[in-house]
Order: sequence, then structure tokens, then C-alpha cells
Amino acid sequence: MVRRTVEAIPLLLLISVILFAILSNAPGGPLAPYLQNPHITAADIARLKHNLGLDDPIYIQYIKWIARVVGLQSDGESQHFGNFGYSTSNSETVTAAILERMPATLLLMGSAFTFSLIVGVAFGIIAAIKPYSSVDYLVTTFAFFGQSMPVFWFALMLQLAFAVNGINAFGYHIALPSAGLSNSDDFNIGDRLQHLILPTIVLSLLFLATWSRFTRSSMLEVLKTDYMRTAAAKGLDKMTIIMRHGLKNALMPVVTIVALSLPGLVAGAVVTETIFAWPGMGRLFINALGQFDFSLLMGYLMMVSFLVVFFNLVADVAYAWLDPRVKYD
Amino acid sequence: MATTTLPPGGLAITADDDFQLERHGVWKRLRRHKPAIVGAFVIAFMVLIAALAHVLPLHDPNAIDNAWSGTPLAPGVAGHFLGTDEVGRDLLARLIYGAQISLTVALFAVIMELTIGTVVGAIAGYYGGWVDYWLMRLTDVFLSIPLLPLLLVLTAIVSATSTKAALNFGTIVIIIGGLSWPSLARLVRASFLSLREKEFTEAARALGNRDGRIIFRHLLPNAVAPIIVQGTLEIANVIILESTLSFLGFGIQPPTASWGNMLANAQSNMSNAPWVAILPGLCILVTVLAVNYLGDGMRDALDPKLK
Repeated sequence: MVRRTVEAIPLLLLISVILFAILSNAPGGPLAPYLQNPHITAADIARLKHNLGLDDPIYIQYIKWIARVVGLQSDGESQHFGNFGYSTSNSETVTAAILERMPATLLLMGSAFTFSLIVGVAFGIIAAIKPYSSVDYLVTTFAFFGQSMPVFWFALMLQLAFAVNGINAFGYHIALPSAGLSNSDDFNIGDRLQHLILPTIVLSLLFLATWSRFTRSSMLEVLKTDYMRTAAAKGLDKMTIIMRHGLKNALMPVVTIVALSLPGLVAGAVVTETIFAWPGMGRLFINALGQFDFSLLMGYLMMVSFLVVFFNLVADVAYAWLDPRVKYD
Repeated sequence: MATTTLPPGGLAITADDDFQLERHGVWKRLRRHKPAIVGAFVIAFMVLIAALAHVLPLHDPNAIDNAWSGTPLAPGVAGHFLGTDEVGRDLLARLIYGAQISLTVALFAVIMELTIGTVVGAIAGYYGGWVDYWLMRLTDVFLSIPLLPLLLVLTAIVSATSTKAALNFGTIVIIIGGLSWPSLARLVRASFLSLREKEFTEAARALGNRDGRIIFRHLLPNAVAPIIVQGTLEIANVIILESTLSFLGFGIQPPTASWGNMLANAQSNMSNAPWVAILPGLCILVTVLAVNYLGDGMRDALDPKLK
């Protein structure tokens, strides 16, 4: 386990090298935003280039960059771990820009994660209890639709139904906000929740679908085991057997797939935040793309890659902890 | 060898007769999988329509109708069966030409992905040692960076380097195909790791075959089942990826129609012309659903143990 944690460090370094090499290929690299500005002359560019060390060979640039990021060197302003420099598209440091947007993204991801986990696992269990029944068929079909749905189009359709027209159901007219985090700056829990509903459903769909399919097949495996038959022979009722004995074992492989879903969650958040004008990191990233804000793109990609590596590790640890038969050398 | 059951290692070795028999068994199982057959017909229909786009009596997909005056024309108006988009271009024609783009991007990107993924996975699994170690670290890197943001950065670099128009068919194929191979490489590596220990590999080596021949003629045919399944499912993934890139403005560029970029401006006209927003997405959903059902059926048919 310690070895796995140690292995994550060279992996992250390798990721940073490759990302740095790719992003430096952009015309102007970190200077791209200045190249379009008519008030900045070629001489200014040359001076900036020299000051920022961009006339150094690329490996020197990388060494300087990584030294600043891990906090070994100051960038003239500050010196700390995770110093990704100055974001030209936001006129603040990359760290400040990302930290400012992080709560909104965490709120969205967290609610989508919780919703998909609870509903997905519930769907999976219901389908597995009566395999090949009409309920199972319904859940499986739903899962196929969820996996095949283009996220951005699903978002547009929900907006069309709930925000543009509103839906009349059970004698109520249901209309939901389709953009932003809230209507006013004053904190209002009802307003916040209303704004959260559509983005959460959109971001959840894919994970709901995959996790329910996964829980279903995992639960079907468990139901065939000897210890489940033993539990039934003891005279326990079906619900107790499934919830007490079955679920714990069936969820073990689900833990892995859930932790490995993180890259998908990040990608989904980029699209969802763009469509719902959600003030999170995904939208920050899309805005930075248009102006090619080198420091911010680099910072964002490093951060999400770090999270992915970290959650892979968590998945390994959790799996070994839940299932003592699994051993890592 | 029986016709209905597969040997533990997958398909038969290289003897062509056995391979034929196995294929019969696979075909029989696939035919019994009804959603897969429906999926296959839907895909065949889409491909046929897309391929015949130039022959069908369609409007010019990029021509703006004279009757257009700022808002999309409704279905049926001025000879537009499905109406027009937000700048007065025939929607049906754009959907069909869009199908052409979206489907060919998916096909070529997946061919590229399969080629790279298979070669990398085969070399890593067959040779093992430090070759394997470094190739797998490389796949780890690309599996750890979320794919969509990475694709977006690359397409943004291309459009910043020259013009947006440089984001054409070929560039999108190369960027998607060039980055989506790692999970396939892992899959192929896993089968090669076990296949290289098999007796027939030993025999092929003892006969003095070159490594290249052993890899492609002796081992690859035995690893082909999961590659076909994964390749099919990847077509679905790539259709979604390409449409997402195009929707966000970093994929296929207008005026060339793709199902994704047709939705890029749909949000602004949603209240007065919902069909502009509904139809392209419906095409994506139906196609991807069909491909996923076909892939699922093929998985059941090719290897009943994989599930």
C-alpha cells in the first residue's frame, strides 16, 4: 500500500511533463493572451518573454515551473505548494480563481454523486431481486438510455421541459430555473435547491445508469453464493438476507467503479456547468480555453489529474479494506 | 472443437476450419439477442442514409432559404420537411450530412484507436519487462487525465495555432483516436500476458517464427473477441465525444454540419423552435443506443463469460 502511494508521485510528475509539453505547443504559450492585444508591441512581447523565462529551453522552463508548483521557488509574489502562477483570463492567481469556484463545483458533484449512488444502488438491488422480470427489464432499459444519452442534449431537453415551458403535472405548474446558482445574493435554501435540481439530474444520469447496472450484476453474483443459501436456510426473511448479508458483499466491487468514475464526473461537470451557467471550475476551464490562459489550464488539468490518481488509490485501499482476500504486494 | 462453446482462451487458434465453426456459434448467439439485431438494423439504416446523402433529393445543407427572416422556419414551410435551423438552413439536409460527419469521424477515430491500442497492448504484453513497464506508465498517464478536458485543450491549441477552420474532419479524428486508446491497450495487454504463456506460443517460437509473426498471426486472433466488443462500444463513446466537442465549439466547425454543432445555438431559440434543439440530439441518442445494444449483444455472443 505504501509502495502504491509512492508510485503515485512519479506518475503525477510524468503527467505534468506531458501536459507541460502539450500546452507549451500553443502559439505564444503563456503569452497567448498578449499576442492579440494591439497595445502590446513586439518589443514588449520579447521583454515579457525574457522576464518570464520563456526564451529558455523547454526543459528549463519546466523545471522552473515545477519548482514553483511544489513550493521550492518563489514566483516573485509568493512561495507555497500548489502555486500555479497568475491567471491572465481572471486577473488573479490560478489558486485563488480555482478555490473561488470550487465550492459550487463540489456542491454540484456532491449532490449528483449522492443522488446517483442512492438511486443507482437501489435500482440495481430491485432489478437483481427479480431478474428478468418487468422491473428488471425497465431498470436495464433505463440504464442503456442513461449510458447512451449525450449529456448536453439531455440538459437542453430538461431546460426545454422545465424552464422554457414548465410542466403541468398533478394540477401543479412546475417550472425550474435553468441557469446560475441562485436568484439573489441573499442565501435562500429553497432558491438554492431549485437551482440545483436540473444540473444534478443531468450530471447524475450517466452514473445512475452505470452504477445500477453494476450493482445489479454484482448482486446477482452474490445471490448465487453458498452463504446466501445458508442465511436463507436459517429462516431469515428475504429482505434481511439481501440487506444484511447480500448488500455488503455486493457493494465491494461497486466501490471500485464509483471511485473510478471521477474522470467522468469531472468531464460531465464541464458540460453541465457550461449549459446551466453554473459558476464552477468547469466553466472557469471553458472560459480559460477561449483565451488560452496557460497557467489556469495547466493548474486545472493538474488538479483534476491529481484527484483522479488520488481516488484510484482510495479505490485500491477501500477494496483491500472491505475484502480481506485482496492483497497488494 | 464444439461449435457452441468457446475454449477458455477465446477463439480457436489459427486453424481456419475451427475459426469458421466458431463464427457460426457466435452468429447464432448474436441472432438470438433481439435488441442487438434491432440495433444493427438501425445502424445499417443510418449508414445507408448518410452514404446516399449526395443522391437523395435534399436541399443544399449550407444554403440559406430566401423565405428565412430571422427565426427558424417551421416544419413543412417552404418545402422544408423538418423546417430550418436558426439561420434558415434545411434541417433534414443538415441532419443527414451531419450523420455523414459524425459517423465517419467515429469510424475512423475508432480504427485509429484500435490500431494504436492493439499494437501498444500487444507489445507490452508480449515482451513484458521494461517495455511493458514504460508503456503501461504511459497509459496510466493518459488514463489519469480526464479525457474531455484534454481533448478540449488540444483542439483549442489547434484552433489557436492556425484558424478555427483547421479543426476539420482529419484533425478531430487524429485527436480523438490518438488519445482514447489507453483502456483498450490495457485490455489487449491483459490477454497477451496470459496468451504468451500458452503452449502454442511456445510451439510457434520453437518453430523459429519471428516475434511480429507470432504476435499478429498466432496471438492476436485469440485476443480478438474483447477487441471487437470494445471497438463497437467505443464507436458509441466517440460519437458522444465528437458531438460534445462540436457542441462546445471546439469540434467540427460550421458551416459543416455535425450533430453536435447543430445544437450549439439551439439554446437561444428553444422557446420558438424546439425542433431545432430536439432532432439532432435525438439522432445522437438513437444511434448511440443502437451501437450500445449491438455491442452488448456481441459481448454476450463472443464470450458468454464476459459480462
